[in-house]
Amino acid sequence: MQSEWLYIGLFLIVGILIPVAPLVIAALISPHKPNPIKQSTYECGIETVGDSWVQFKAQYYILALVFLVFDVETVFLFPWALSLNKMGVFAVLEGILFIGILVAGLVYAWRKGMLEWA
Amino acid sequence: MTFWNDPINFLSGWLSGILTAWGLPATLAMVLTIFIGIVLLVMFAMTLDIFLVWVERKVVARFQDRIGPNRIGPFGLVQPFADIIKLVIKEDITPDGADKVVFNLAPVMAAMAVILLWAILPISSKIYGVDLNVALLYLVAAGALGTMAIIMAGWASNNKYALLGMYRMVANVIAYEIPMVVILLIPTILADSMSVKSITEAQASTWYVFLSPLGLLIFMISAIAELGRSPFDLNEAESEIVAGFHIEYSGMKFGWFYASELLHAFTFGGFASVLFFGGWQVPFLLADGFHFGSLVVTLPGIVVVLVQALAFLLKALFGYWVIMWVKYSMPRIRIDQMLAFNWKFLTPLSLVLLSVTALLGQLQTVLLPWAFTLVMFVSNLLIIWITIEILRAYARRQRKQEERITAAAAQGAHQ
Amino acid sequence: MPAEQIVFLLCAALILVSAVMVVTVRNLVHAALWLVAALFGVAVLYAVLSANFLAVVQIVVYIGAIAILFLFAVMLTRRDLVVRTPGMRGSWWIAAVLALLVLGGLVFLIVNQPGVNRTALAIPAGVDTLHALGNALVSSGQYLLPFEVSSILLLAALVGAVYLAVSRKS
Repeated sequence: MQSEWLYIGLFLIVGILIPVAPLVIAALISPHKPNPIKQSTYECGIETVGDSWVQFKAQYYILALVFLVFDVETVFLFPWALSLNKMGVFAVLEGILFIGILVAGLVYAWRKGMLEWA
Repeated sequence: MTFWNDPINFLSGWLSGILTAWGLPATLAMVLTIFIGIVLLVMFAMTLDIFLVWVERKVVARFQDRIGPNRIGPFGLVQPFADIIKLVIKEDITPDGADKVVFNLAPVMAAMAVILLWAILPISSKIYGVDLNVALLYLVAAGALGTMAIIMAGWASNNKYALLGMYRMVANVIAYEIPMVVILLIPTILADSMSVKSITEAQASTWYVFLSPLGLLIFMISAIAELGRSPFDLNEAESEIVAGFHIEYSGMKFGWFYASELLHAFTFGGFASVLFFGGWQVPFLLADGFHFGSLVVTLPGIVVVLVQALAFLLKALFGYWVIMWVKYSMPRIRIDQMLAFNWKFLTPLSLVLLSVTALLGQLQTVLLPWAFTLVMFVSNLLIIWITIEILRAYARRQRKQEERITAAAAQGAHQ
Repeated sequence: MPAEQIVFLLCAALILVSAVMVVTVRNLVHAALWLVAALFGVAVLYAVLSANFLAVVQIVVYIGAIAILFLFAVMLTRRDLVVRTPGMRGSWWIAAVLALLVLGGLVFLIVNQPGVNRTALAIPAGVDTLHALGNALVSSGQYLLPFEVSSILLLAALVGAVYLAVSRKS
């Protein structure tokens, strides 16, 4: 049990060291001549106009909410999927009820226009 | 356990034996051995990544009826190395007002999220990182870390186009995670396990592509969307918002974003092969050799292991090739079309497929294996056919509506 | 000191430092990112306790969905993302005393509970915790009703989100 997570922990450490290594090499050997033009924000080659903060569509937040509900649902479905072998058809029907309630929610959100333009 | 049977375990035991003989405590020796093994595995993944850059450029060239890199090295094989050297010696420009810490952390996190996936990828029956019993959710978790990297990159760049690209990319990635996770439940039900090793071993008799072809289709579509590749690449539409969330990155930091995207694509090809094409399973090949009915060709364990590893790599490369094929053949679709396609089509379809698979999965113990395969395959085809009929009826209704509108407008014009 | 304890102490340090940074840092997006670090620390704790499923679910749901929601909410509302009000009010020491009292009370209650084990229980050999969890979720004697009710809870969340979205559009 423990050794699996030890392995993944070491993998995490290696996974951080390996990308950092070329970046450190690059920082050492690449030229470093900053000037205001190079460091200005890129806007397709023209001078920047306006703020760099834009009001984004609230629709992104709403879709993130819908995603959250379905994410939690699918996480619940994982233990359910593992129980099907032992627990028979009744467990399948319970799961389908669970999925059905949430599909009803999705259809409701659809009809109310919440899934329109992104 | 000898070298010929179980090479990795034998080597690791030998190495920790040497380290203990040098006076290191046993746990430290074990940790060092594991560390060296991990570094080797990740080096292999990185070398594969470099090779993938070459594959990508050659394949896109052939799709576009040209030759691709062919000057540096035979067939241009040294080209990716030249690319890396170029990227490393380029100047690293941090834009004004960018958040330095987060800006520098983002490419590291993006690369780390993909490297973490290699811990659970089963390359062969005896070559794999760990056999984690929640491997499929671990796949989703690594994706979540990648999404964090995108948010960090897009926000820290202090550039409104990077921000816009980031919002679109995150909306895309999280939306397509739902059908992907629902499809991941299908091999879980069929193999009764969330561990990729068990799922691969359960496909010894039939590959799951025959049990759930629609599942494979939805998985590939979701995977391509998760990667942000064409036709879902509005997020980094090169002709529109230049490069999306990584506009402001130059040099090796951009290199890591690019390399991690390619490696991620290959890893998804690997997972598609593990979940649906039997991973390292080769038909007729068992642990001690080929079994053709009564004829048994015994092979030493290490040859079997290498043949299985080769089979896995070929299947993963095939998956990667399909992803590239789709990328270079299709135009880009709009962000609202992308999200509507997910929420209104893929999510309900995948949930229906899951319910049907769960119901029919109860027959797995009752029917003969070939009968079960047939039943599942036919049920998938039935779902596809019903979906197409529904879409056609919907399209017909839409067309009639439009005809009515234009007919009414024409009548109104006449009068 | 066993390795488990070292990992736990490092983890606890990470979580506590991240939590303190969440509430003290001026830049809101930085605060959200420190929250991600704290949640990651909790996932590591679950892993150390061999609760594999909970560890990955923590990352998938908390970091992969809720933290993204927080970040989107922060980016939607604040223009400059830097909090300008002073960090601590003048009467901060009263709050500190109260917080310490609450902490002391909680620790006292938890430690003196009869059923609290100081050492982690060993999982009986041959029991597959994942399958046991799944079976528990669908057995009518165990957690079936909470399982189905949770879907109603999620439906309520979805309906609430729809209401918010529709009322903001009109």
